[in-house]
Amino acid sequence: MKNLGYLFVGIVFGLALTKGEAISWYRIQEMFRFESFHMFGIFMTAVPVGAISIYLLKKFNIKTLEGEKIEKTKKDFHPGIIIGSLIFGFGWALTGACPGPLYAQIGSGSVVTIATLLAAILGTWTFGRIQHLLPGHR
Amino acid sequence: MDLLYKPWPWYVAGPIIGLTVPLLLWMGNKRLGISSTLRHICAACAAAKIPLFSYDWKKEIWSLFFAGGLLLGGIIGGWIFSNPNPVAISSKTVEYFSSFGITQQNGLMPEEIFNWQTLLSLKGFLLMIVGGFFVGFGTRYAQGCTSGHGILGLSALQWPSLVATASFFIGGILFAHFVLPLILSL
Repeated sequence: MKNLGYLFVGIVFGLALTKGEAISWYRIQEMFRFESFHMFGIFMTAVPVGAISIYLLKKFNIKTLEGEKIEKTKKDFHPGIIIGSLIFGFGWALTGACPGPLYAQIGSGSVVTIATLLAAILGTWTFGRIQHLLPGHR
Repeated sequence: MDLLYKPWPWYVAGPIIGLTVPLLLWMGNKRLGISSTLRHICAACAAAKIPLFSYDWKKEIWSLFFAGGLLLGGIIGGWIFSNPNPVAISSKTVEYFSSFGITQQNGLMPEEIFNWQTLLSLKGFLLMIVGGFFVGFGTRYAQGCTSGHGILGLSALQWPSLVATASFFIGGILFAHFVLPLILSL
């Protein structure tokens, strides 16, 4: 039952990505070419809204639906973050998609993007397979 | 009715995207992130005793439901209520695309290059297969994507996520300016 809740949040998130055209290959190229404010506007509103929300959750000591304490989000640094992020950036420019938009692009009718998603799964699998050989991994 | 079909301006889409961060935390201490779903799919289908995929993926099933929601959101927003007009990108970008023979901006993806015929050509292979591989490989190496680092990590004021997001953009800007034009000319 709870999973249906996450499905619902996914639908809302997917609608915002789709209707905000953040899954559009055209918009991603436009962003990387700095020819419009649109995508930057999305980031520059999404992040402060997320940050203020996290601050308020903490300030008012809000618990989860099940009464648990909300755990702090912590991202540790390792050099692989830089290397991996650059590689992802290369792929983002080619496909016009991050992992989230891949699902939404398929939904919006670009059925061929299933091939891109399968390639992304293969990329993740390959990383797992050769991780021990790579610099900066954890 | 027209409102259902129209695209949303950035100041509507952005805040809604931002609100998924506290919503997921409040619903059950879940952290926004999509690239992990690719990992769960590997763990479910082909773990092959690889350490990265040897865990109980069923405990993370919520994120696969979340990804299913993304697919449905795409169907509702991009297919059932799809924008009948071309994407309103800047005239400079339109000009750039037309210099490579991409003349239509209908839908969200350029069907002129993202189709089954080009998938079998070198151009399509580089754009979709190599591009997709980079997305999956890079996000796992970086332990996060635009949502996990770019939205959640930045919202939680985590400096490694700022390094990640800056690197996403450096990689993307480099490829968009210097590599994509070569591929589109193929």
